[in-house]
Amino acid sequence: MQEITRDQLLRKAKELLQNGTVDRVMGWKKGEFDYDLTPAVFKTEGDLSEFVYSDFCGANFSKYLVSETRADGKVLVFLKPCDTYSFNQLLTEHRFDREKVYAVGIPCDGMLDASKIRAAAGDFTTVTAHGDKLIVKTLFDGEVEADRNAFLPDRCVNCKSKKHVCYDELLGTDGEVLDSHRFDEVEKLESMTADERFAFWQGELSRCIRCNACRDVCPACTCEKCVFDNPKSGVENKAAADSFEEKMFHIIRAFHVAGRCTDCGECSRVCPQHIPLHPLNRKFIKDINTFYGAYQAGEEVGTRAPLTNYSKTDIEPKDAAERGKTHA
Amino acid sequence: MRKIARERLDELFAKIAADKTLYLPVDTDGGAQFLPWKEGTALSSALHTVRSPKDFFFPQTENLMAFRREGKKIELIDVRKEQEDFVVFGVRACDVRAFDVLDNVFLKEPADTYYQNRRQHGIILSLGCGKPAETCFCSTFGIDPAEPKGDVACFFSDDELFLEPVTEKGKAFLASLDGLTEACAENAADALKAQTRERMKQLPLADLTTDAFGGDKTETYFRSPAWAELSRSCLGCGTCTFVCPTCQCYDIKDFDTGHGVSRYRCWDSCMYSEFTKMSAGQPRLTQLERFRQRFMHKLVYYPANNDGMFSCVGCGRCLAKCPIHMNIVKVMKTLVKEAQGE
Repeated sequence: MQEITRDQLLRKAKELLQNGTVDRVMGWKKGEFDYDLTPAVFKTEGDLSEFVYSDFCGANFSKYLVSETRADGKVLVFLKPCDTYSFNQLLTEHRFDREKVYAVGIPCDGMLDASKIRAAAGDFTTVTAHGDKLIVKTLFDGEVEADRNAFLPDRCVNCKSKKHVCYDELLGTDGEVLDSHRFDEVEKLESMTADERFAFWQGELSRCIRCNACRDVCPACTCEKCVFDNPKSGVENKAAADSFEEKMFHIIRAFHVAGRCTDCGECSRVCPQHIPLHPLNRKFIKDINTFYGAYQAGEEVGTRAPLTNYSKTDIEPKDAAERGKTHA
Repeated sequence: MRKIARERLDELFAKIAADKTLYLPVDTDGGAQFLPWKEGTALSSALHTVRSPKDFFFPQTENLMAFRREGKKIELIDVRKEQEDFVVFGVRACDVRAFDVLDNVFLKEPADTYYQNRRQHGIILSLGCGKPAETCFCSTFGIDPAEPKGDVACFFSDDELFLEPVTEKGKAFLASLDGLTEACAENAADALKAQTRERMKQLPLADLTTDAFGGDKTETYFRSPAWAELSRSCLGCGTCTFVCPTCQCYDIKDFDTGHGVSRYRCWDSCMYSEFTKMSAGQPRLTQLERFRQRFMHKLVYYPANNDGMFSCVGCGRCLAKCPIHMNIVKVMKTLVKEAQGE
């Protein structure tokens, strides 16, 4: 159950609209069911009747600010702790105008994964939270009571931080950076033989249909024109020569966002084929931590990331290569 | 009508697979997918596969032809292989209707022989729905999920599978399985079908209609101010188009093999920024225009060219899969509301 309610957010939005702090509000718009909320911009108090805040507000709004701040005026955005890391990282990369945003931090108790609920309870329309219990109203099989934690996606189970690293105003209480187990899965992959690891990724990535949802939702992917969308680039790559060629797209993308990925987990959330994409990025994060010392992208604005910085204590390439061999 | 006990399903599948490749929905880490049956393969109980069965006739990528150059001569090579008969089991009524939508595009003269060839060799064993999902709205398009058509229409009860031939091809195919199946009353599955129809009426989207859409509605909706907000948070990804059983846009490209050219076709998406790029550029410059194109095509342009038939079948895949949960249901409802001046 979330600490903050829809009513509290709504009151805040109306107050900021009324006193002229902002002239529009980014929020989640209600859908046909409880879980299908759409990111939307609300311009008037009347519009806000369709504003929703619930356990299904997983979408990270930070990337939308790139286009949203091109318009005049100031926009109110509600940011969960993990969203604030993306927010800072985008500011570090000068991707939007901070002056045009009023950021309200909101605490988060993890957002639910509708597909996990469906798998356990069947098709459903509404979900009500009572503390750590959920009442799922299924279509034809009545109500099912379940443990809320069972329906959290990996990114929330292994939440890295309940702390907001940036905001103009905070609703509710701020949390702490957590001692998460987010690298356990990476370690499991590292402990595989090269053949096993290849087989693992072949199994996962061969499902890719190249819809590009992972890239398009990624707050670290804000190129105006992606190289893979450019017919003149020679790597437009609309068709895979074999069922595993898509690995190249995902590996190149992981390299491209290395050191900038905040591990928000949006890539895995949106994949229609349920490919676990975040472990690729976490491998880079883990290696950066190992080679250059603990670094969290987005923790502060304006820091130089280890991969775009140089210091005399940097690991020598040959040592990095040596270490790589132990995992070959 | 014929029937077979559920516990003998594997015998049925083995018999079919003995001389033809049999595809059926199988549970994978990525949800249900159509996979070839082999001994030990279990049929998924999922309502929908993640990818639609359009892949069988219109694959995501295929080689069309090759060119080989020797000196000043260019040789044209037909790369097609002889297609063998194959069987797809478990195609839902919505997805069967989607084949009609695709047929209108690919089989009209001049027919697309690549598609036509696969269509001729495919045998569709459709499957009636027992429990539709909250995302289902096939009845909006006049589809009855209890009578799924195809070559043979199948329906499960708790312990039996009923099989009813629909086409001549299906009749002949079903006859080849006579040793395994037994005759049963024509109305054996009627009570179950009635239950499905009753459940359809209880669905949250049961009231959605196409009354306000059709081939003559371009002027009504093209300039609707609603498109701006509807498309505002669209990521421009291709999820909706790629999981859609009726989306049929493709690109044709040449790949330089070093010794010649391999010409291939691959799915494309009207949501993509480089879609239908031509010498003057992409005709739809903004995501609003690209977004509008997809829904106008389903609800207005396609019916205009195909005797009023809509090119959405209400399978609900886009409702389940869109990363931002924007979809044709929300578009239809919003456009109608807007046009009514609410």
